[in-house]
Amino acid sequence: MKINQIFSIFSSLAACTIIMLYSCKPKSPATVSTGDAASKVYVAPGQYDEFYNFISGGFNGQMSVVGLPSGRGFKILPVFSVHPENGYGYTEESKPMLMTSHGFVPWDDLHHIALSTTRGEHDGRWAFGNANNTPRVARVDLGTFKTVEILEIPNSGGNHSSPFITENTEYFVASSRFSVPIGEDNQRDVPINTYKENFKGTVSFIKVAPEGDMSIAFQLVTPGVNFDLARAGKGPSHGWFFFSCYNTEQAYSLLEVNASQRDKDFIMAVNWKKAEELIAQGKGKKVKARYAHNKHDEHTHMATSTILEEVLQLDPKELEGIVYFIPCPKSPHGCDVDPSGEYIVGSGKLAAMIPVFSFTKLMQAIQNKDFEGEYDGLPVVRYESALHGVVEKPGLGPLHTEFDGRGNAYTSFFVSSEIVKWDIKTLQVLDRVPTYYSVGHLMIPGGPTAKPHGKYVVGYNKITKDRYLPTGPELCHTAQLYDISGDKMKLLLDFPTIGEPHYAEAIPAALLKDKSVKFYKIEENKHPYAVKSEKDSRVERKGNQIHVYMTSIRSHFGPDNIEGVRVGDEVYFHVTNLEQDWDVPHGFAIKGANTAELLIMPGETQTLKWVPNRVGVFPFYCTDFCSALHQEMQGYLRVSPANSNIPLKFTLDK
Amino acid sequence: MQKIPVLSRLLLGIAALSLIILYFVPFWQILMWAPQYPEWLTMRFWLNDITGDVDIINGLNHYIGMKHIQKEMFKEFVYMPYIVAFLIVTGVFVAFWGRRSGAWIYLIIIVLTGVAGMVDYYLWGYDYGHNLDPSAAIKVPGMAYQPPLIGTKELLNFIAYSGPDIGGWIVVAAGILVVLSILIDIKSAFLRARFPSLIRVL
Repeated sequence: MKINQIFSIFSSLAACTIIMLYSCKPKSPATVSTGDAASKVYVAPGQYDEFYNFISGGFNGQMSVVGLPSGRGFKILPVFSVHPENGYGYTEESKPMLMTSHGFVPWDDLHHIALSTTRGEHDGRWAFGNANNTPRVARVDLGTFKTVEILEIPNSGGNHSSPFITENTEYFVASSRFSVPIGEDNQRDVPINTYKENFKGTVSFIKVAPEGDMSIAFQLVTPGVNFDLARAGKGPSHGWFFFSCYNTEQAYSLLEVNASQRDKDFIMAVNWKKAEELIAQGKGKKVKARYAHNKHDEHTHMATSTILEEVLQLDPKELEGIVYFIPCPKSPHGCDVDPSGEYIVGSGKLAAMIPVFSFTKLMQAIQNKDFEGEYDGLPVVRYESALHGVVEKPGLGPLHTEFDGRGNAYTSFFVSSEIVKWDIKTLQVLDRVPTYYSVGHLMIPGGPTAKPHGKYVVGYNKITKDRYLPTGPELCHTAQLYDISGDKMKLLLDFPTIGEPHYAEAIPAALLKDKSVKFYKIEENKHPYAVKSEKDSRVERKGNQIHVYMTSIRSHFGPDNIEGVRVGDEVYFHVTNLEQDWDVPHGFAIKGANTAELLIMPGETQTLKWVPNRVGVFPFYCTDFCSALHQEMQGYLRVSPANSNIPLKFTLDK
Repeated sequence: MQKIPVLSRLLLGIAALSLIILYFVPFWQILMWAPQYPEWLTMRFWLNDITGDVDIINGLNHYIGMKHIQKEMFKEFVYMPYIVAFLIVTGVFVAFWGRRSGAWIYLIIIVLTGVAGMVDYYLWGYDYGHNLDPSAAIKVPGMAYQPPLIGTKELLNFIAYSGPDIGGWIVVAAGILVVLSILIDIKSAFLRARFPSLIRVL
């Protein structure tokens, strides 16, 4: 054989191999939605969405309000974080809202949303949210879309397992993600390696009064584990609450390894009706605590912050019948109760199966004392005795489960990046769709209620990558909307979100749309510095404080020329928006202010504090385009030296 | 002395008494639409009051220098309730009295009142639309803002409609009843002249 023959055979073989190897490279699964997806999410101009979707903002500390099915964003609703856009956390009125026992905290991490319910269904009164970092809970009014109350949670480190809610809004919960030593100063200053002896978890039950006032009804002191998520029972299981917990190893370092050693952690079942009985018998113990309670008053348009000094604690080790542990495989995350209230779905985030527990069986096991042992002195129900069954091989890394009200469950899988539909009774997997990418929470409108509106499921993803035009290293988070009205789930829409969404809830628009507040009635304004008529606008000096009683109406301020202010004075602009019509806010900003603008709704009074540090004439103006003559809405304030004798003077068109 | 038929008297009475409703409902309305007010702004006139989005309309109209509408500027609100009371009492009296001349006089009174009302409304509208503050922010040369007497008119970015409200339609209906009452009388007089035997029936 000639050398060039060998060469040609060899080279053609090599070419074939390369082509074969190349064609072996797998193709990515198709990522396009099919058919009439566009028409299903198209909301024509001037038409309304079917649902309001309240989405947690995660590390932005806010909620966002989005329409479904369009995915259009309507509002960022500040809760635990300052929001310079409307002055939240900057105005004198709203600063107390962010006060805590640690002082003013301008940021937090809002993970979960619970909407108020009556008889197990959404009633459209309030949305609740949790602050994970400096433990707090908040109440948002769904008439004004405004944060109206924040309550700090004492004896807690990391309020993650919150604010899940009972079927008549009797309580919602706040349970500690990080166990910490609690009690007096000397009990809290302990070596970290004494975790097992000294660290405690707490589960707070927060009562909501009919007019909305939140208070801690009682706090359960639990073994030092990490609480993750929770759900209240409903229907037959009303009166019980279920909490997933991990780190039953009680590790305090390198948790990703050390808290993943046990084959099973727990779902903690709490009989809160029993706790109520024991409290009525005087069994609780009042202990000292320091925590802030902040409330917004819709008539004074002001928040006030009060420090509370006491909390009622129950020790389930001493008080039998409140707490039972159910073993649940591999660091459970989601802990979801189906609409009937019978099935409790645990999602071990490292597991390759989903255990489903039966409330009826759990009650039998508790009645028969069918326990497999104790955990830190508390009874552990035998796993098999409480188990309804297991969904076999559903996917990898189950996180959360929602329900469509037709007997189906939908579980998100972070690791295998998909949503899996399965039958609650038969535990058979029915369908699966990919998510883009690595879905965290998922949401069906009304999914956690007794009557879900099983039309859509939305996945809130943790990884975005190539889904949108890139914006540098920091990308938006993404959500995906699927049609679940048929047998097969169908991807309809991708939409970007604000912050990092965790849990979200959605409510039919009809429940909120018509009761949305359009403006505040000026005659009901009880702000101490409100001015209800332009002729009463004025400027007063009290020592080194200047109080400007200012009005704004299209399109001028009253007064708009102020003189006689001195360097170092504390100037308070109390601006009342005199408008009494929908969608006519006025803004207020002055040069050099070390704070954000005011954005004043019609009928409202808001206050900006400004301390001039130099002489000159300072313009102020309206920041919200209010009318055709908005650019004319301005004024001047003259600042003279600290020792000047220029008298205080103010005018409007004189 | 010509008496009118029972049916005519009944209609006169109903017409007069129906005017009582005027004390409980507005009789005139002005509706305004603009791109920014898709929900329509309304202004309703009652015998003794004006209601609706008066403050919002005032707020808008100050740009073009129109007067602030307020209840006190209408002296009509003081005497209109008495005029209507007079119409009711007169109508009831005419119905009882039952004379042909009475019916005709009543028709004339009603028509005159209506015409006077429209003239008064036109004069107010003319003054409101023309008598503008010279320092107004927006001045459009040659532009006046007189609301339409009745019907629809475009005023800058607004479409304004002026027309009867429930009470106004009741006045119209009362007028029609009075005319009907007189027509019945004429017809019966005609029939009586040709068929005298019908007298007892009518």
